[in-house]
Amino acid sequence: MTRALGIIAGTALILLYATMLLLIMPAIQLRTGENPPEALAPYTEMQARGREHYISLGCVYCHSQQPRDPGLAPDMLRGWGRPSVPSDYSYDTVHLMGTMRTGPDLFNIGARQPSVDWHLTHLYAPRSVSPGSNMPGYPFLFDVIDFVPDDAVAVNLPPEYRVRGGTVIARQEALELVDYLIGLDHTYPADELPDALEEELDEAEADKLSATKLDSLDNILDGVSQ
Amino acid sequence: MTPAIAFLLAMTFLISIGGIFLMVWGLANDQWGDGLEASKVIFAEGELGRGEDPAETGVQRQGLQEEVEKGTLDIDKEELAERRVLDRSGRRPVLWWLASSIAWLLLGSVFGVVASLKLHMPDWLIGDAVLTFGRVRPAHLNVVAYGWASMAGVGVGIWLVPRLFKTPLIGGRFATVGAVLWNIGMFSGTVAVLAGLSEGLEWLEFPWQADVFLVLGGALAAVPLLMTVVRRRVHHLYVSAWYLIGALVWFPMLLITAKLPLFIGTEQAIMNWWFAHNVLGLWMTPLGLAAAYYFIAKITGTPIYSYTLSLIGFWALALFYSQVGVHHLIGGPVPTWLTTLSIVTSVMMVIPVVAVAINHHMTVLPKWRLVLTSPTLRFVVAGAMMYTFASIQGSIEALRAVNAVTHFTHYTVAHAHMGVYGFFSFVLFGSIYFILPRLVSWEWPHIWAIELHFWLVFIGFGIYFWPLSIGGWLQGTAMLDAARPFMESVLLTMPYLKARSLGGSLMTLGHIVFASHFILVLMRMGPVSEIPPKLMQGFVKDKPPGPASETPS
Repeated sequence: MTRALGIIAGTALILLYATMLLLIMPAIQLRTGENPPEALAPYTEMQARGREHYISLGCVYCHSQQPRDPGLAPDMLRGWGRPSVPSDYSYDTVHLMGTMRTGPDLFNIGARQPSVDWHLTHLYAPRSVSPGSNMPGYPFLFDVIDFVPDDAVAVNLPPEYRVRGGTVIARQEALELVDYLIGLDHTYPADELPDALEEELDEAEADKLSATKLDSLDNILDGVSQ
Repeated sequence: MTPAIAFLLAMTFLISIGGIFLMVWGLANDQWGDGLEASKVIFAEGELGRGEDPAETGVQRQGLQEEVEKGTLDIDKEELAERRVLDRSGRRPVLWWLASSIAWLLLGSVFGVVASLKLHMPDWLIGDAVLTFGRVRPAHLNVVAYGWASMAGVGVGIWLVPRLFKTPLIGGRFATVGAVLWNIGMFSGTVAVLAGLSEGLEWLEFPWQADVFLVLGGALAAVPLLMTVVRRRVHHLYVSAWYLIGALVWFPMLLITAKLPLFIGTEQAIMNWWFAHNVLGLWMTPLGLAAAYYFIAKITGTPIYSYTLSLIGFWALALFYSQVGVHHLIGGPVPTWLTTLSIVTSVMMVIPVVAVAINHHMTVLPKWRLVLTSPTLRFVVAGAMMYTFASIQGSIEALRAVNAVTHFTHYTVAHAHMGVYGFFSFVLFGSIYFILPRLVSWEWPHIWAIELHFWLVFIGFGIYFWPLSIGGWLQGTAMLDAARPFMESVLLTMPYLKARSLGGSLMTLGHIVFASHFILVLMRMGPVSEIPPKLMQGFVKDKPPGPASETPS
């Protein structure tokens, strides 16, 4: 080739074409922001702040937020919920779908584990409630104080994790983050999913007890929330 | 759905027709037939068949000169003298980009090792939010991707410009300013990520304020390329020039589009992976291939194997690689036609990859022994082989059945490193070994340091890649088996994650050796041996049996 201008034009045109196919076409088809599901509430102010902490602390690098189709992976059997659909993300302007499952999917963690207590304990000392986990603790989201004021939320810790001479209480950031996490609940039915899948989902709901028995993580969750 | 399919069909038809017309036009205008001429453009008159030395020494330069004067070699003497001027014409900008890139490499390696250790030592360094895993990991990615790989790639690219066009670099000052701006963007972006001000999208964590500097810096780096190409003294644009032009056209388009606040929710996820995979495919890959195409041909003293294949490789890469990104969302909440499109183009990538692989490997094959003596060729050939491997692996990984296992696991992380490290970084290391002595007229003082660097990163990367791939695969199969608790997929990865930390540490040691050696050359320190170092024998006239001199043209 002898024409630099030809290369510049050719390469730019090809990328424009790819952009049209990959970005513009799906945007026209999906229009994610226009029809949020009725059952999905926008984030409250506190949840939105919690979401900011989720982003800032990089939770997305270990946790996905996109349960997959049962044809591809047994996410439903693990109690992670039905496959997510585009409209589930109507309020997720920074999307947090994630690409890694060092830890479990969190798209329905609020439905699976609604206990604030458990989440606080887990954030402060993950292995105290989830043995074998390689999640880091987040002690900087907590304070250790001698005297616990009435409005403070103390963290329940097993004896070996307690701090001598003080009580661990949650800072505002931790409470906001947990508020976001327990608000993550996308278990409402999705119109976009085929009916067959809905039936399967019902079965999975019915099997939930046996499914959680299979999952030691969920066993632990249950144990702690009781 | 139906309009989408109708549109795809119509576009397929139109593009096929367009492609046929383009081919007819190409044949009619002799765009295909000038192969040999075009691939010889990087050689001086009479130079063909003689390999250019990997890391030039004074002794050896003198040897070449004497040889030319004696008439044993019929190389255009003026052109050789002129080449010295060309090589130094981009001295300031190239040094800025390369030296900065190596500083970022060291920082990025430390972040990488810390992040890796944290995955199996989760209680280590948790006292402060700055060093939590979720911040160190994106800091590692951004520093190595945009600090090390991008800056080194641009530096090598700028240095190649005068060589490719046989014209001194024009407008080098712009690129120097570009390097300063890029560094400002890198510094502020990295601080922002560590401080928790990340924008939250993988590969796009830097706040837009930092990315403005990257876009401006990149645009300024493209200025000398454009100014020099206009005044070039060669008719044909060598293969490397196509890739350089492509990369510098694509990157600003990608970054600016990605940073436009147009995308929400699911569409943003699609944009995210369109962007992230294009950074690899349309930015790093072309920069790496530009260097590989030049150095392989130049060091072996052989024109590339097939000019036509290089044409196919380039345009097929542009067409297919630009569409592969959505394979990161297989099984995700995106239209099926979209993931299918990306899977198809991912598999189609086999075409440009095989074209490039044949070109690279068949050019090296007759002179493969040179990898024993030339540090540049050794790194570049290792990099080219890992390019072939990573690309074929990537095509297979995009298949639904394979992706179901590997997605969401460390396998993908290992694969990403095969591309960015095994291929791109190795090619960059080799290129820098070639470039630096010519830039500052000072040879690499310690051959053992080059050897040590190579083996540390080569073995280190092997220890990184294989265990992590195996661990990731096992992790994926464990996650797919609903009868096994999720925690099993966490626990079983532990030994593999430890191996990765070991491999990563060896790689980091290699980088320290490399950076120290680089500084020695910049400071003109170290013993400059009068006897050509072992790695460079075979290129010098006193030791003629080198394979390079076997086939005088």
